[in-house]
Amino acid sequence: MLLAENLFIERQGKVVLDDVSLSLSAGEVLGVLGANGAGKSTLLAMLAGELAPQRGEVSIDSTPLTRLDNAHLARQRAVLPQSPSLSFNLGVREVVAMGAYPFPELSTADVQQLIQRALALADVSHLASRRYPQLSGGEAQRVQFARVLVQTLAARAAHGGRFLLLDEPTASLDPKHQQALLACGRQLAREERIGVLVILHDVNLAAAWCDRLALLAQGKLVGCGDPASVLTPATLDAVYGVAAEVVPHPRHPERPLVLFN
Amino acid sequence: MAAKIARWRTPAGVLTALIAVLVLLMLLSASSGAMHIPLSVLPGLPFSAEGPDEALWRSVLMDVRLPRVLFAALAGAALALSGAAMQALFRNPLAEPGLIGISAGGALGAVGAIVLGGGAFIVLAPAAFVGSLVATIAAYHLGRRYPGMAGLLLAGVAINAICGALVGLFTYLADDNQLRSLTFWNMGSLAGASWPLLAGLAPWTLIVGALIARDWRAMNALLLGEREALHLGFPLKAVRRRLILLTALLVGPLVAATGAIGFVGLVVPHLVRLALGADHRWLLPNSVVAGAIALTLADWLARIAVIPAELPIGIVTSLVGGPFFLWLLAQRRH
Repeated sequence: MLLAENLFIERQGKVVLDDVSLSLSAGEVLGVLGANGAGKSTLLAMLAGELAPQRGEVSIDSTPLTRLDNAHLARQRAVLPQSPSLSFNLGVREVVAMGAYPFPELSTADVQQLIQRALALADVSHLASRRYPQLSGGEAQRVQFARVLVQTLAARAAHGGRFLLLDEPTASLDPKHQQALLACGRQLAREERIGVLVILHDVNLAAAWCDRLALLAQGKLVGCGDPASVLTPATLDAVYGVAAEVVPHPRHPERPLVLFN
Repeated sequence: MAAKIARWRTPAGVLTALIAVLVLLMLLSASSGAMHIPLSVLPGLPFSAEGPDEALWRSVLMDVRLPRVLFAALAGAALALSGAAMQALFRNPLAEPGLIGISAGGALGAVGAIVLGGGAFIVLAPAAFVGSLVATIAAYHLGRRYPGMAGLLLAGVAINAICGALVGLFTYLADDNQLRSLTFWNMGSLAGASWPLLAGLAPWTLIVGALIARDWRAMNALLLGEREALHLGFPLKAVRRRLILLTALLVGPLVAATGAIGFVGLVVPHLVRLALGADHRWLLPNSVVAGAIALTLADWLARIAVIPAELPIGIVTSLVGGPFFLWLLAQRRH
């Protein structure tokens, strides 16, 4: 389990995260929602072990991240940061293959197999022989997704939980690929027992694909639980400052449907 | 040759072709100069020499040409490798020992050593190394303040200006004898090539170069971004510190021996990247061989252009590299 306890950080006098506690278990998809600047990416950076909290602690399977070195951490969790900027001339396959760097023990054949599988899961098999700089924004994002899939799938033999942290992975994707990417995340959670955390902006997309949602407003957690109980007009107003109506989904009555007014 | 390379366009194929070109070019370069040595006898000369002609050829080859040709290849390989490594480290295709002041820092260290401490290579090389290291660290920290290429280039301008001024100051202080050994710093020269120099520099370069090449995965990850490299498990601070130290260790002593030879580290990795892509697994070895080719070619041109005199090699590389650099800058704005 990836566990964050009482995280606090302030930068230039502004509190970015205030007493945030959160857990991510194997096999679940946890969505993180919040307005711009609510602290979502900072939270993700802390969970990834890339940024240390000023107070509080993050641990993986009860080991604090501060006690794990980078190479070890990379074998347990993969991270897809927001809007990657790659301008160097690399091939798609070369980019995806980097996901296997933390696993030098894998044979070339194993790595090729993983790449093949990740390319298919991210629906970029047809781009495998293209050059990365020639891809569109959405294609590039899916290739980066395939890279972190290799990293998280390669971790199969590793001890302990595996975690996949995605920062707005659907930002430049069309609706079909938004659905496909989240479906893939959920499938991996169910079949591979990976804990998936995903930052999203589309509330209904989050309600459809996430087991639990965490809502951040001004650095504070204002709700955490299953979508039906967390998504209420009151919490949505606290998070986005916009009036919203929540109705049952016409096709899936158990799922809330949010209508912003 | 271009068509031939196109057909061989796998990284391993290109590497093989480049090695073949390098060997041919080294033979050609070793045969030409003020005294022409026929290519037909050249390969056997180091082992046996019969007759007065061959004895003379042999002594020219063994005492002058061969160390010179080997030195050119070694220096070119090291410059190209350091350029490729720095471009990955700075995440910037314009990073190059000459442009960002590392060569100038090395030259300043060496000139300081000549004027203040005598000209022995054993003093020169460490002084040049320290100069390069200080310049690299300065360029790195200043260059990171501004996004894109502006910071790095501005830092390079400043470092080059400061080092140039201090070299000028040392030149002013130098006596006649020291002046003679100082002049070649500004233009670069391979005339110092000798077997003892090669015996020291070659193993050094090979070892430091191999240590740099070992980090090819980290360099690839750096292309993705610093956060991405971190997420892939690379200890970024340690990698950065190591690469800065190693490139300074590679370039410093080399600059002490050759003076400032510009643009090889910029042009060669860039061309290889255009042809083969940026995967450092192949970029590094291909750049090493292509760099050796570039400087062997430049040295050959420098020696045959104005026989029996020779052009300073730095002038040749700058004449080719300068316009290429301008072209590169013009290409960036799409």
